Amino acid sequence: MSQVNYLNHDKSLKSWLFTLDHKRIGIMYLVAVSLSFLAGGILALLVRTELLGPGETIMSADAYNQSFTLHAVLMIFAFIIPAIPAVMGNFVLPIQLGAKDVAFPRLNLASFYIYLAGAAIALTALVVGRVDGGWTFYTPYSTSVGDGILFITAGVFVMGFSSILTGLNFIVTIHKMRAPGLTWNRLPLFIWSIYATSIVQVLATPVIGITMVLLFLERLLGIGIFDPALGGDPVLFQHFFWFYSHPAVYIMILPAFGIISDLMGTFSRQQVSGYKFVALSSVAIAFLGFLVWGHHMFVSGQSAVSSIIFSLITYLIGIPTGVKVINWVQTMYKGSVWLQTPMLYALMFLFTFSIGGFTGVMLGVLAVDVHLHDTYFVVAHFHYVMMGGNVIAALGGLHYWWPKMTGKMFNETLGRIAAVLVFIGFNVTFFPQFILGTRGMPRRYYDYLPEFTDLHVLSSLGSYILGVGLFLILGYLLHSLFRGKNAPANPWGALTLEWTHTTTPPDPHNFHETPIVTRGAYDYHLAPELFGGDGASGDGHGEEAEVSVPSGQATS
Amino acid sequence: MGENGFWLPEASTALAGEVDTLFWFVFWVSTAIFAAVIAAKLYFVFKYRRRSEQDVPTPVHESKVLEAVWIVVPTILVLIVFTWGFDLFVQLSSAPPDSYEITVRGKQWAWEYEYAEGVQTAGDLYVPVGQPVKLNMSSVDVLHSFFVPEFRIKQDVLPNRYTSVWFKAENVGEYTIYCTEYCGTAHSGMLGKVVVVSEEDFAAWLQKQNEGLPPAELGQQVYNTQCAVCHAIDGSRKIGPPLNVFYGTERVFTDGTSATADDSYVRNSILNPASQVVEGYPPAMPPFSALSAQQVDGLVAYIKTLE
Ligand code: HEC
Ligand SMILES: [Cu+2]
Repeated sequence: MSQVNYLNHDKSLKSWLFTLDHKRIGIMYLVAVSLSFLAGGILALLVRTELLGPGETIMSADAYNQSFTLHAVLMIFAFIIPAIPAVMGNFVLPIQLGAKDVAFPRLNLASFYIYLAGAAIALTALVVGRVDGGWTFYTPYSTSVGDGILFITAGVFVMGFSSILTGLNFIVTIHKMRAPGLTWNRLPLFIWSIYATSIVQVLATPVIGITMVLLFLERLLGIGIFDPALGGDPVLFQHFFWFYSHPAVYIMILPAFGIISDLMGTFSRQQVSGYKFVALSSVAIAFLGFLVWGHHMFVSGQSAVSSIIFSLITYLIGIPTGVKVINWVQTMYKGSVWLQTPMLYALMFLFTFSIGGFTGVMLGVLAVDVHLHDTYFVVAHFHYVMMGGNVIAALGGLHYWWPKMTGKMFNETLGRIAAVLVFIGFNVTFFPQFILGTRGMPRRYYDYLPEFTDLHVLSSLGSYILGVGLFLILGYLLHSLFRGKNAPANPWGALTLEWTHTTTPPDPHNFHETPIVTRGAYDYHLAPELFGGDGASGDGHGEEAEVSVPSGQATS
Repeated sequence: MGENGFWLPEASTALAGEVDTLFWFVFWVSTAIFAAVIAAKLYFVFKYRRRSEQDVPTPVHESKVLEAVWIVVPTILVLIVFTWGFDLFVQLSSAPPDSYEITVRGKQWAWEYEYAEGVQTAGDLYVPVGQPVKLNMSSVDVLHSFFVPEFRIKQDVLPNRYTSVWFKAENVGEYTIYCTEYCGTAHSGMLGKVVVVSEEDFAAWLQKQNEGLPPAELGQQVYNTQCAVCHAIDGSRKIGPPLNVFYGTERVFTDGTSATADDSYVRNSILNPASQVVEGYPPAMPPFSALSAQQVDGLVAYIKTLE
């Protein structure tokens, strides 16, 4: 490509490692989280292979217990939590705001290295001590098998620190650096959801830091906090853990809501239905999310009254989430639905995430939860929410912004084939796990009774299909970097600033002139001349599309 | 409202049946709403599919009434389900005052039971049919959780506090007990059985427990409930070495010493395993100091009978 862009203006390694450009930092995060996902995914395949039959299949009980734990830690802390905010938030958010960069570019680069340091500390845990039993690390088991837990919490805290800084950066950027005319009501919903996510990151992460300090005090000074042998209370650890980790669930899912809103709007050529509701309910969920941690602990021995209150608030959160799903479906009404690969992921999300949501309601019913808690039903439920929600949305977002990030188009046919494989593989892997769970198969089991064999085999086969689909994606995306067609400025005919006002890939400074925004992010009915085009004003040289704003529509 | 079998195991207490009714209510309401959402989605995808690049969609005026329906209807449904679930939860948590009480201890990786009549057993939990049974549970080490799918009960077992569950089995039969809170290497082997027997059989069973068994039989019972997780008796390797081949042979230990496996070696292996760790195995065996002298003698006698 001839024109100067953020990728080609300086190609030295140093220019990458010390870059302050939010786009390059986003790409570095993309590489880092993809490696975590790859490692976590390979571990998942090993775990599923071990479960092909009862008893030992390919590894010992200890190896199995450590594999699923490492799978969970990598996927949750090193992949899902940073994936959408740090990769797509970094790359897209400032451009969607019409800004040249985030508010604190140096802090942004620091966040990246802090994330790497955190991941390194967490991985040391595997060398210094054994780490097994899943990502929840309940005491006293976790503290009885060595110091691994200290490193894991330290690693999680350091990675969390990175997300506090990123969150802070985004909050300030969104408040202070919106382009002229970009009112709160015109913001893309992706921004709204990153905004809500950032609030949770900033408020929740310190709790894991406190937990870490308490664990250190107990281990090093022998003060009884969680260890019953010293007079501590192991259930207290569960409260601390979930006080961070339940809000963390919203750190994982809210950004996905943002991507899905953008995709549904763009590929339906329609104002996202219930825009204000979708925007504000994300923020409401972010706050309510702090009040429901106890719903993970109905059978832990906490008081019945607390269980009841937690159950009730959990429902309060469930309702706006359900309404959002309906809003996304409604967005297609009277639209022009374009089934490109990113949209396939958005539609897939509506299916898988809804199943995750409904099974969540079942788990929230106190008496039913008693039976389902800590069985495969829970495993299936959170994979439908985390993978069927976050990862599917992240894949949609990755395909959507890939042309902008790299300047290349991926192969659309392969894209659709892979999407179908992912959909089939995902459901074949995880749906049987609901049935395993209702039938009573507990989670975190190396060995199982013969009656569960068929469903386990089916689930493992599904995981191989899913694996093939994901590797296919990796393959054609990498291939597109070298052989892909050059992408136009606005291949999807979207209306947000990263498509309409920048080149592909973007200029190192995003814009030559600050764009002036005259309409909402999804006002497709206002600008027929921009449909399906190549970003008519996409060269970033000041040419603003003059759009008449009918009265009464100016701010909606 | 639905059929047990494919989704849920048999419900073996009256309360389990009520939990199932609620389960099926939530299940079918969710399935219906889910199907409607997906049907609408597919219909819109087809009906409003893109026909040309120039498509200009019509702006939609959002109906406030519709929006209100989306919020009010689910809220009502959810409140119904909540109150219903809450009511059953209270019943699940309150044992009738006339319950027969049994003390349960969880430990890595077995369940042990103590009856008021002085009987101590492990693995299989014998209970009388048609009588409410309350289990007072605690753990001697890490967290465990006591789960019997057919009774729809589950309760965490803690090291520093007593917790309890209760059930009233309706039918004679055997039901698997699972540990559902991760507790280490052999977590998935921490199984047991609830053996529900008639009143008379239960009384007879208690009686028999109190009279002594022949040593080798007692040993076999202890083996089945406490050692089988880690030791096979068919010559194969589990977490620990098989117990049928080593007796009388020369054992080599990780510290380089060796000894002939005689009665006192077996006894020492049970009571103080860390002192002589067999070469090629991890030091994973916990000391079984809680076993009675008869039980240890029984184990020694039993191991000698194995081939
Ligand atoms: C948690 C798993 C575990 C349990 C439960 C367990 N053991 Fe072991 N046992 C081992 C391991 C591992 C070894 C080998 C290392 C060692 O010698 O300590 C072993 C070794 C032994 C040996 C020495 C065998 C040889 O080949 O020399 C004997 C005898 C033995 N166990 C008896 C028992 C008896 C009897 C019980 C039940 C009361 C029992 N074990 C319960 C894990 C276990
Ligand atoms: Cu356990």
